[in-house]
Amino acid sequence: MSAVLRVPTVLRPALGGVSVIAVEGSTVGEVLLKLTATYPAIKGQLLNDDGTLHRFLNVYVNDDDVRYLGGVEASIANDDEITLLPAVAGGVW
Amino acid sequence: MLSLSPSQRDAIVATCIRALPNEGCGLLLGTSDGIVGEVVASENIAHSAKVYEIDPQVLLRTYRRADDEGVDVIGVFHSHTHSEAHPSPTDVRQAPDPTWHYLIVSLRDTPPDLRSYRVLEGEATSELVEIVN
Repeated sequence: MSAVLRVPTVLRPALGGVSVIAVEGSTVGEVLLKLTATYPAIKGQLLNDDGTLHRFLNVYVNDDDVRYLGGVEASIANDDEITLLPAVAGGVW
Repeated sequence: MLSLSPSQRDAIVATCIRALPNEGCGLLLGTSDGIVGEVVASENIAHSAKVYEIDPQVLLRTYRRADDEGVDVIGVFHSHTHSEAHPSPTDVRQAPDPTWHYLIVSLRDTPPDLRSYRVLEGEATSELVEIVN
């Protein structure tokens, strides 16, 4: 499947400075793994060591948060739009 | 410098008061010179008096609208319910963008105290908050 990945400003330095990338994969996990193979510097911001999504990364397929679609198992269809946005959070943990 | 109108300041404070006893939060739309054009309130999905997290759907909608309207998401605000308006170590560690303005509202004092910070390489530096008509 061929989809489009939208990259926020804060992640662009680790992804060659681009705002939109054409990506391939049938699941969110496949897309992110291929992305980290091409851009190893971003891996720690996207995925945990066990392959699950980083706690402070929001991933959307079109309008939907993938936490509610199965996480890294969420399916990708042709022409889907994937958006990455770091979570905005803080406080006293 | 972060520049707010009196009504934007009041909207931010009102969002934080409505969220009590939890922390309140929201996003700031505007221009790269720190002039806020719009305050976007969010539910604090952490539902906590010590932690905040912007609703991911509000985050997505706000970024898309900013793209459509040719403005930027320039920062975030959140409240400290019982402590000063200074970023916690977690606030600094979690700050996602060095170009953002991190506005903290302390509800400990009357009137509430608003202070803004820039966070670069793990270090928070305060900046002027200007209230202008």
